[in-house]
Amino acid sequence: MRAAAFFAMGGYARYVWPCFGLAASILLWNVWSARRHHAQARMRVLRAVAMAGSEQS
Amino acid sequence: MQYPALGTRGVSVGTGTAMALILRRELTLSLRRPDQLLQPLVFFLIVTTLFPLGLSPELALLRAMAPGILWVAALLASLLAMEGLFKSDADDGTLEQLALSGQSLGGIVIAKTFAHWLVSGAALVLVSPLVATALAIPLEAFPTMMLSLALGTLTLSWLGAIGAGLTVGLRRGSVLLSLIVLPLAMPLLIFGANATDRAIGGDDASGGLYFLAALCVFTCTLAPLAATAALRITLE
Amino acid sequence: MWTWFYRLASPPYVYRLAAAFAPWLLGLAVLAMLYGLIDGLVFAPPDYQQGDAFRMAYVHVPAATVSVMAYTLMAVASGIGLIWRIKVGHAVAAAAAPIGASFTVLTLVTGSLWGRPMWGTYWAWDPRLTSELILLFLYFGVMSLRAAFEDPTRGDRAAALLAVVGFVDVPIIHFSVQWWNSLHQGATVLKFAKPSMAPVMLWPLLAMLLGFTLFFGAVLCMRLRGEVLNRERQANWVREAVKA
Repeated sequence: MRAAAFFAMGGYARYVWPCFGLAASILLWNVWSARRHHAQARMRVLRAVAMAGSEQS
Repeated sequence: MQYPALGTRGVSVGTGTAMALILRRELTLSLRRPDQLLQPLVFFLIVTTLFPLGLSPELALLRAMAPGILWVAALLASLLAMEGLFKSDADDGTLEQLALSGQSLGGIVIAKTFAHWLVSGAALVLVSPLVATALAIPLEAFPTMMLSLALGTLTLSWLGAIGAGLTVGLRRGSVLLSLIVLPLAMPLLIFGANATDRAIGGDDASGGLYFLAALCVFTCTLAPLAATAALRITLE
Repeated sequence: MWTWFYRLASPPYVYRLAAAFAPWLLGLAVLAMLYGLIDGLVFAPPDYQQGDAFRMAYVHVPAATVSVMAYTLMAVASGIGLIWRIKVGHAVAAAAAPIGASFTVLTLVTGSLWGRPMWGTYWAWDPRLTSELILLFLYFGVMSLRAAFEDPTRGDRAAALLAVVGFVDVPIIHFSVQWWNSLHQGATVLKFAKPSMAPVMLWPLLAMLLGFTLFFGAVLCMRLRGEVLNRERQANWVREAVKA
C-alpha cells in the first residue's frame, strides 16, 4: 500500500519519475563519457609511444 | 589607391593619425563595393517581409509584433555583414601587416569596427523607416526606434567584432560567428525591442533607452580589449 | 605558502592529484545523494500547494546550481590560462564545459517536466529557464569554437576568451531576462513557485546540492586527466604515467 502510494507520487508520477530517471542517466553519462575520454587519450599516447619505440629499433 | 604599409620609409605616425587613416581606408574600400554594402540592407528588408508572409497581413497584428520583427531582422542582417570585418584583410595578409606595423592594434580595431558600423549599422538605421512603415509602426515612434537601433547596432558591431576576431580564417566561420554572438546579443534585443515597443504604444521609452545606452557604453569600453585580444590569438 | 598553488600549474601533479581525488569525491557524492534521495522522496512530506511534484526540485535546483558553477569555473580557469598561459587552466576549462552543458540540459528538461503540472505547459519563458537556455547556448559556443581550430593551443585560447566574455555577459543576460519577464507579467504568474521550504524539506535539498557538487568535482577530475594527456602528449612524464 505504502509502496503504491510512493510510486504514484500524489498523481505526479509521470513527471517525477522521468525527472529522476533523466538525472540518473545524465550522471551516469558523465561518468561514462569522462572515463571514455581518458581511455581514448591514454590510447593515443600509448600508440605514439609504441610507434616511437618501433621507429628506434 | 595604394596605401603604403604604415610606418614604412621611416615615417612614424601617431595612433590618432593611424586610426584616421584606417578609417578612411575602410570607408574608401567599402564604398568601392556598393553591392557589398547593399546586401545586408536588402537582407534586412527581405527578412522583414518574411514575417507578414508567414504570419498575417493584418496591420494590427504586425504593429504588435513589429518591435520583435524589426530587431530580429536587424540582428540577423548585422551578423551577415559582420563576417566581412576582418575577412578580406585576413585573406590577403593585410591584417598581419597591420598587426606587425607597430601601431596600436587596439586603435586599428577601433577604427575598423567604427568604419564597419558606419556602413552597415548606421545604414540600417537609415533604412529602418522603410521597414517600420511596412510593419505599421506609427510615425511618432520613429525617432525612438531609430535612436534605439543606432545604439543597438553599435553595440552589436562590437560584439560582432569580438566574434569576428575569434573566427577569422576558420572554415564555416560565419555560422560559428552567429552562434557565438547571438546569445551575447540577447540583452540587446530585449532592451531595444522594449524601447521600440513603448514608443509604439506612445509611452515613455526612456527606461529601455537608458538600459540600451548603458549596454552600449559598457560594450564600447570593454569590447575593443576583447576584440584586440581575439585577433592576437588568431593571428599568433 | 603558495607552493600548493604553483604545483597546480604542473600537469603531472594535477594528473596524479585528480586520480587520487576522483574516487573519494565520487564516493562522498553518492552518499550525499543517497541520503538526499531517500530523505527527500520518502520522508519529506508533500508540499501543501504542489503536492508531490515539488520533489522535482531535488534534482532541478542542484542541477541549475552546478550548471552555473561549472560555467564560473570554466571562465576562471580560462582566465588563468589566458593571463598566465598555464595550460592546466585550459585543460580544466575544456573538461568543465561538456559536464556543465549536460547539467544545463538536465536543468532545462527537469524544469520543463516540473512546469507541466504547475503551469500546464511543457515550456514557459520564465526568467530562470530562459537564462538557463541562453547559458546552454554559451556553452555550445565555447565548445564549438574550441573544436573549430586545427591548432589546439589556439583553440584553447580562443575558447578561453569567449568563456570570459560570456561570463561578463551572464549577469547582464540574467538581469535583462528578469526585466523582460517582469514587463510581460500577464495573467499567469510564471515564477517557479518556490515551495516554502520547511527544514524537513530543506535538508534533503542541501544534501542533493552537496552531492551534485561533489559529483561534478569527481567527474571533472576524471575528465581532466584525459584533457591533460591530450595536451601533454609529447612530454616525457606522460610515457611513464600512462603505463601505470
